[in-house]
Amino acid sequence: MLWELPLMPQQASTIAHKVDALYLFLWGMTAFFTLLIFALILFFAVKYKRGKVADRSNPPDTDHKLEAVWIVVPLAISLVIFGWATAIFFEQVRPPADAVEYFATGKQWMWKFQSPEGKREVNELHVPKGRNIKVTATSEDVLHDLFFPAFRTKADVLPGRYTNVWFNATKAGTYHIFCAEYCGMQHSLMIGKVIVMEPNDYERWLTSASSGTAGQTAAAGDETPAQAGERVFTQHGCQTCHQGSSGALGPALAGVPGSEVELQSGEKVKADDDYLRESILNSSAKIVKGYQAVMPNFKGQISEEDVMSLIAYIKAQK
Amino acid sequence: MPGAANGVFEMPKVTYLNAQEGIKSWLLTGDHKRIAILYLISISIFFALGGVFASLIRIELLTPGPELDAEMYNRAFTAHGIVMVFMFLIPAIPAVLGNFLLPIMIGARDLAFPKVNLLSWYLYMIGGLLTLSAMLMGGVDTGWTFYTPYSTTYSQSYVFLTGLGIFIMGFSSITTGLNFVITTHKMRAPGMTWSRLPLFVWSQYATSLVMLLGTPVIAITVVLLAAERVFGVGIFNPNLGGDPVLFQHLFWFYSHPAVYIMILPAMGVISELIAAFSRRRVFGYSFVAFSSLAIAIFGFLVWGHHLFVSGQSAYAGIIFSLLSFIVAIPSAVKVFNWTTTLYKGSISYETPMLYALAFIGLFAIGGLTGLFCAALGLDVHITDTYFIIAHFHYVMVGSTVIAYLGGIHYWWPKMTGRGYPEFWGKLSAMLIYVGFNLTFFPQFILGYLGMPRRYHVYPPEYQVLNILSTAGASVLAIGFLMPVFYLLWSLKYGPIAGPNPWGAKGLEWETASPPPTFNFDATPIVTEEAYAYDAEADEAAYQSALQQGKR
Repeated sequence: MLWELPLMPQQASTIAHKVDALYLFLWGMTAFFTLLIFALILFFAVKYKRGKVADRSNPPDTDHKLEAVWIVVPLAISLVIFGWATAIFFEQVRPPADAVEYFATGKQWMWKFQSPEGKREVNELHVPKGRNIKVTATSEDVLHDLFFPAFRTKADVLPGRYTNVWFNATKAGTYHIFCAEYCGMQHSLMIGKVIVMEPNDYERWLTSASSGTAGQTAAAGDETPAQAGERVFTQHGCQTCHQGSSGALGPALAGVPGSEVELQSGEKVKADDDYLRESILNSSAKIVKGYQAVMPNFKGQISEEDVMSLIAYIKAQK
Repeated sequence: MPGAANGVFEMPKVTYLNAQEGIKSWLLTGDHKRIAILYLISISIFFALGGVFASLIRIELLTPGPELDAEMYNRAFTAHGIVMVFMFLIPAIPAVLGNFLLPIMIGARDLAFPKVNLLSWYLYMIGGLLTLSAMLMGGVDTGWTFYTPYSTTYSQSYVFLTGLGIFIMGFSSITTGLNFVITTHKMRAPGMTWSRLPLFVWSQYATSLVMLLGTPVIAITVVLLAAERVFGVGIFNPNLGGDPVLFQHLFWFYSHPAVYIMILPAMGVISELIAAFSRRRVFGYSFVAFSSLAIAIFGFLVWGHHLFVSGQSAYAGIIFSLLSFIVAIPSAVKVFNWTTTLYKGSISYETPMLYALAFIGLFAIGGLTGLFCAALGLDVHITDTYFIIAHFHYVMVGSTVIAYLGGIHYWWPKMTGRGYPEFWGKLSAMLIYVGFNLTFFPQFILGYLGMPRRYHVYPPEYQVLNILSTAGASVLAIGFLMPVFYLLWSLKYGPIAGPNPWGAKGLEWETASPPPTFNFDATPIVTEEAYAYDAEADEAAYQSALQQGKR
C-alpha cells in the first residue's frame, strides 16, 4: 500500500463520473494554457536572449485585436465551464423526489445515523446500492461537514437547521466518511465508513444485525423514525393540543409538512423541515394564524434525534 | 549585476541610512525608506516564525499517525495561517517595497503623511506582538478563519487576544492604504501623469483601495465575534438566536478581497521585473493597469464562493460562481501581456528575472486551478480538501512570495547600495521553484482523493503524496534560508551597486543607491512614458561592448 501512488478516488455514485469528467477536462485546459505560456516564454527566452542576434525592430506597444482575443477566448471557455459545473451542482443539491431519507446528527466528534427502517449506527452508515438516498443532517454543537469522497458530494452540517446530502451508490463496498469542516480537537477522528450493500444483503443486514448501537435506550431499538416520533409525541403530551379537531389549542398537523402556512402576521411561510424544527423548539417564533402562543418551548428538552423523529412522524400523518 | 562588478562606483557619503545615527533616529523616523526597513526586519522575523509552524505541520503529516497531539497540531496550523496571512502576506509587498518605492517612483520626497506611516508600523507591531503573546500563552485552535460557533462558544483558547491583535493590525493596513492613495493622487512629480505611472504604482493604488474599503469589515467582524465570545451577545451561535453562516459572509467579505491585497502588489512587482530584464515597455500597459482596478472591484463581489456547501442558497452560489469566473479574466489578461512583453526584447536572466519567469508559470497554475474551485459541481467535492490548500499556496507562495523575493532581489541594491552574489541568488531561486512545486503539486491530487484539510491523522493510502510534499518542503526551506545568509553578507561585502546596476528605467534608478533622505536632490521632471526602453539600441550597445571586450 505504501508505495502505490493513487491519482483518482474510487467512483461509487451516479454523480462521481460526471464530476471526474469535468475535473479531467479542467486539468486538460490547465495543462494546455500552462504549456502554451511555458512554450512561448521558452521560445522568446531563447530567441531574444541578450547577446543573440535577432530582429528587434519596431516592437509593438499594444495590440487591441490581440487583447480582445485573450479577453474573449478565456471568457468563452469560462462560461462553458460555468454552465457545465452548474448543471452538475443542480444534480448534487436537488435530491430526487423519491429519495429515501436517512438522518444524521453530528457532534464533537462522532456521527450518529438512523435509517428509515429505524437502524441506528455510530460512525457507520449501511446503505443499499442503486437507491436514491438523502441524508438529512444537523449538528448538536459546532459546524461539521458530511463528506463522501467516493460519491463526490458533501454538505456542511449546521447547528439549528437542516441540510442534506444525497447520492445513489453504484458499487458495493466500504468508503470513507469524513468531517470536512474543522470542528475542534479531534476533527480528524470524526470519520466513519459508508458501507454500500447489494439490496439483498442490505435486507439481510437489517434483520440480522443486533439492533441498536451502544448508548441507545432499549426502547429506541428498531423503531422506524415515525414510530419513534409517535412515542416522543405521546411522551410529551403533544396530542392534547394537536389532536386535529377544530377548537383545539394547536393546529392539526396532518398535511402541514410542505404546505404554505399563514402566520398571525399575515406572512406566509413554507412548512419545510427547518420550520417544523423551529416550531417545536422555539414555538413562539412563528405563530399560525388563528392560534395563541401557548405552546411551551422544547429547546433543551428534546434531543436533535427526537426532533428528527417527530418530524418524520408528522410527515407520516395523513 | 553588470555595472557593479567593475568596481567603478563609490558609496554615496550621505544616504537615508546614515543621515541620522542611533536607534532612536530609527524608531522615531518619518522617512518612508527607514519605515520600509523597519517593516522588512519585522516581516522577515514573522515569516520565519510562520515557517517554523509550517515545518511542524509537514513533520506531523509525514506519517498517517499522530506525531504531535491533536491540540498542538490544531494550534500549529492556526498559528501558521494567522502569521502568514495577517503578519506577512498582507503587509509584505505594500509595507516593504511599496513604502520604499512608491514615493520615489512618482518623484516625491516622502509619503503624504510620514507620521501616519510610522504609526502604521507601530500599529502593526502592537497587533503582531499581541497575537504573538497569545501564541506564547498557548495559542488559538480555531483555524485562521475563526468559524463560529466554534470560535465564540466552544474553543478553549486565546481567541479574544488573537482577535484583538488582528483588529489592531487592520488599522495598520488602513493607514498604509490611505497614505498610498493620497500620495498617488497629490504628490506626483511634474510630468508624472496617470498614464505614465509605473505599473507597480498602479497595483499599489488598486491594493490600497481594497485595504481602505475591505479592512473595516474584518474589524467589525472581530468586534462582533468578541461581543458573542466575551459578553454572550447572540450573533452567530444559533443557541443564542444567531446565524453561523452570517459570520462566514462577513469574514470572507474581507478575506477574499484580502487575497487581492496579497496578489495585486505582486503583479505590480512582476510588471517591473519583466520590463527591466527584457528591455521592453510592458505590452498593453493600459490593459495591465486597468486589469488591476478590475480585479480590485470584482474582488469585492465573489466572497460567496467560499460558501458553496455552507448552507448558503444554491442560487446565491450560482451568482458567486459566475462572478468568480469573471474575476479570473483580468488575471489572464495580465499573464498574456507579460508573456508578450518578452517578444522582441533583449532578455537577460539575473536572479530577479528568474523569479519573474517562475511567477508567470506558478501564477498560471494557481489561477487556472482557481477555476476548479469556482466551478460549483466540482467545488462541492474539492472544497475543504487539500486541493484548496494547494490552489491557494500556488497563489500565495508561488506567486506572492516569489514576487516579493524577486522584488527584494531587484531593489536590494537600491535599498542597501550593494549587490549580492548572483550564483547564490540563482541557486536559491531554483531551489525555491523546485521545492515549491514538489511541496504543493501532490496536494492537488491528495485533495481530489478526498483528504480533508486540518487533519492531523489520515488514512494510510494518502501517505505517499504526503511524503513527497514534506520532502518538497525541506527543499523549499533551504531555498528560503539561503537569501538570509547571502543578503546579510552583502551588506558588508557585496559589490557597490551604483545608482542603476540593472540599466533599468524608472525614477528610482535616477537617484543614488541608497537614496538620500529626501530621495532626489531636485524634484525630477518626467518627460517620457514608463518603461521607455529601446531593446534594439540596448542590444546594439551590449553587442559592441562585447566586441570591445574581446579585442
